[in-house]
Amino acid sequence: MRDPHLLALTVNDSEYEVVVEPRRTLADVLRHDLLLTGTHVGCEHGVCGACTVLLDEAPVRACLVFAVQAEGSSVRTVESLADHGELSDLQQAFSDHHGLQCGFCTPGFLMLAEGVLAEQPDASREEIREGLSANLCRCTGYQTIVDAVHATACARRESAS
Amino acid sequence: MTTTDLPGIPPEVDPDQPEPDEPREHGGRPAGEPRFDGRRGRWVGASIPRHEDPRLLTGCGRFIDDIALSGMLHAGFVRATVAHAAITELDLAATREVHGVVAAYDAADLALGDIVAVLDRPAEEFTPTAMPILARGKVRFVGEPLALVVARDPYAVEDGIEAARVSYDALDAVVSEETALAPGAPAVHDEAPDNVLLDVSMFDTPGVDEAFADAALTVDVTTRSGRQNALPLETRGVVASWDARDDQLLVQTCSQVPHQVRTMLARSLGIAERTVRVTVPDMGGGFGQKCVVGREEIAVAAAAQRLDRPVKWIEDRREALTAGFLAREQRYRTRAAFDADGRITALDVDVVCDMGAYSCYPFTAGIEPLMASAEMPSVYRVPAYRVRGRAITSNKAPTAPYRGVSRPQYVMAIERVMERAARELGLDPVEVRRRNVITEFPYTGVNGVTYDPGTYLESLDLAEATIRDEGWYEAREAGDRHLGIGFCCFSERTGYGSEAFAKRKMTVVPGFDLSEIRMDTTGSVVVTSGTMNHGQSHETTFAQIVADRLGLDVARVKLRQGDTERIAYGWGTFASRSVTIGGSAVALASERLGELLCRIAAHLLETRPDNVALDGDGGVVQLDDPARRLPFEDIADVAHLRSHLLPKDVEPALTATASFDVPGDGTFSNASHAVVVEVDPGTGEIRILRYVCVEDCGVVINPKVVDGQCRGGIAQGIAGALFEEVTYDGHGEPSAASFIDYLVPTATEIPDVSIQHLETPCAFTANGAKGAGEGGTIGAPAAVLNAVNDALRHTGVELDTTPIHPSTVLAALEGEL
Ligand code: FES
Ligand code: FES
Repeated sequence: MRDPHLLALTVNDSEYEVVVEPRRTLADVLRHDLLLTGTHVGCEHGVCGACTVLLDEAPVRACLVFAVQAEGSSVRTVESLADHGELSDLQQAFSDHHGLQCGFCTPGFLMLAEGVLAEQPDASREEIREGLSANLCRCTGYQTIVDAVHATACARRESAS
Repeated sequence: MTTTDLPGIPPEVDPDQPEPDEPREHGGRPAGEPRFDGRRGRWVGASIPRHEDPRLLTGCGRFIDDIALSGMLHAGFVRATVAHAAITELDLAATREVHGVVAAYDAADLALGDIVAVLDRPAEEFTPTAMPILARGKVRFVGEPLALVVARDPYAVEDGIEAARVSYDALDAVVSEETALAPGAPAVHDEAPDNVLLDVSMFDTPGVDEAFADAALTVDVTTRSGRQNALPLETRGVVASWDARDDQLLVQTCSQVPHQVRTMLARSLGIAERTVRVTVPDMGGGFGQKCVVGREEIAVAAAAQRLDRPVKWIEDRREALTAGFLAREQRYRTRAAFDADGRITALDVDVVCDMGAYSCYPFTAGIEPLMASAEMPSVYRVPAYRVRGRAITSNKAPTAPYRGVSRPQYVMAIERVMERAARELGLDPVEVRRRNVITEFPYTGVNGVTYDPGTYLESLDLAEATIRDEGWYEAREAGDRHLGIGFCCFSERTGYGSEAFAKRKMTVVPGFDLSEIRMDTTGSVVVTSGTMNHGQSHETTFAQIVADRLGLDVARVKLRQGDTERIAYGWGTFASRSVTIGGSAVALASERLGELLCRIAAHLLETRPDNVALDGDGGVVQLDDPARRLPFEDIADVAHLRSHLLPKDVEPALTATASFDVPGDGTFSNASHAVVVEVDPGTGEIRILRYVCVEDCGVVINPKVVDGQCRGGIAQGIAGALFEEVTYDGHGEPSAASFIDYLVPTATEIPDVSIQHLETPCAFTANGAKGAGEGGTIGAPAAVLNAVNDALRHTGVELDTTPIHPSTVLAALEGEL
């Protein structure tokens, strides 16, 4: 390994230490060093969003972030959403609305949606659509993904009030 | 494969056993006899939650790149940087010196057999060409693999690829129909000096010239569709390893057709097929791109065998966009004769499909023009028909049969013809379709194809009424916006059985599928299928079919696919065949297991076999005394753990198998699409305001799943109509190597789609289903193109090419076309 770095990372509330080359992406570290393979890689150039994770609660493209840049930050991946096998409200909504087919884009959409809903809890369906347009899905035509996220937003608003 | 190999049941008591000389079809029924009995149960027809969802939603799916084996190496390819050239030097010495590189191979090092796909047609119709696993002597497209680099990690693979030295003697590149067919054009393959791989005049029925001579109207339309990438979000990939204990090469790969990969791999490596096992994990889409055998899969498997180490290759997006299998680039010149009432009297078509550098296995380069030639009359009554279909080769990445396979293109051609005729005759375009559409079934067309019943006219009427009732016609007439309304009416042959494929003269003839079902001692079942789910929800829909046939809770049914060791053979998933063919095999196997359960139960209950039946709730009941019932667990317990209690003529364990093939010409799903678009007079941008789909795929196993297939298909059709195109410069250099240049539509470009279902059960699939995988993709390009033309109607311009660029719309609006 050229120019190894010892890196401390917090992922899904667990602390990890890994040795990485500076050019190693956060996506590769999550997937291949920490074996958190729920985060997917669809393009490695920042467009498809399959690799979306939350970095300090904001959605980022893990393929565009070098792992060393995440030093000291908290990363959340799709593996954090369910609670001991029980799907989160958002995951359940994806299933209810058939918001996934092959499921390859799904982890990225779930994390993007969590980011969008955290930032705009009052988002309308059209605002949600706009926010979700950051990621690509080849299977669903998007409508049911928008439906799932919108339903989650409405349910969360209802339970908050 | 026999159709009645239910273990333990002697022939004389098997209800499916044929009379000795009765003509038989797979599926245990005489040819032509209706198969679907109209039975529905508790599960079929319900939008139950998908079995696939929990693992995929929690990040527990297992996709190809998620697989890591101990000692695993990584592979990548040195690829051609010029489109057409003789290789003058390929030097891997420096590559082999790169830190971390373990091996580097060129074609001579691996010495693998070529991929050759053949049609059983005379030399003047078809020219077979070879696709070497690694290029030898010559490269034929930018991105063609020249050498394989294996290293300890993917970063070192990249370094190794960079260190390779390749020199070329460039040749002129063939990059278009014009350059391919020009006299004296450079030949992509020596075997095909004219660059034509297939040239078939499939039909020239009597009366074509007379019809044109007598025509009240002749329309002549040239339609073109751009080269597209099917673009599964997961790129291709493979992990190959040698298993000494099994004496087998284990090839885990992303394929819609695992058995075809096994067959081709064994042939290319020159080893017994037994020594290859192909498995497929979760797959992130395929859409046809993964239904052909990739040369990369074979090269990586060969490297794993040589190195005796697991080797992984994951295609990167640049490779996927430039060197993956592409699709769709076709040109149709369609001449149509009409009488004064707008009835079509003859069709004369010339189709040219640019198949790129190589013919794909197992389908060959002929698949697209042959599909177009066979099916072009579409949903219309065409009395006389002439067609010539050609596949040409060019210095572009090769093609695979992408979702719809020529149908989006020929449907676009004939739907443009209908619109053009309507305009010329001053008729409403929907009315012209009504006058021509097939309304009586079964209908045998001029193409010799028999169409089973469908709702061609009904779907068209319903789509139109929906748009009309919503006031879109008034909105368009108001004239204050550039609104256009477009339609498309089409059908799609889904159940392509071996008989239908054989008519194309393939030497490798897909068609049947197999299923085996087993019940364990707890009364749960595992069922196999030769189909290959990659988003279509087979784990759910097949379980629904099985659950109903056995009267078992759907949660107790598990489908297993994607392992060549689990099932003797299968044809995978493509051409909307899974539910029609695979789903029928699964239904028949389930029925046989049900019969076996009843037989054992009757024996245990000490009653006649005709005095028991499945009770719909996981057991067998005695009909004349319903209090006497045996749950499946009890029967299974006897079948496995106390087999001495079984009837003497029943073998232990609970398994049943079945095969299914669709007889004759197969079955047709159908749909009509209606689209409202608005074009922006300032920018030429096209917005879809409303999208209505009325579809009929026979019995719907799971409505939510069918809706999903429609919507996803329509999104891909819209992508082809408005956004995506793989373009090349004059030297064959692809201009879209990333998502920055290849424009994939997002949630803001794809509209919501409203879907209405009509249902004409298929009479000869076991479950009444007709298949729904491709329809959306087929209808969308024509409907959108027609709508845009309608929005431009005041300009007099007719656009016949997809994708439609805003600049073209703007030029039309500004009178510059
Ligand atoms: S993989 Fe990161 S955006 Fe596509
Ligand atoms: S579900 Fe397949 S890419 Fe989105």
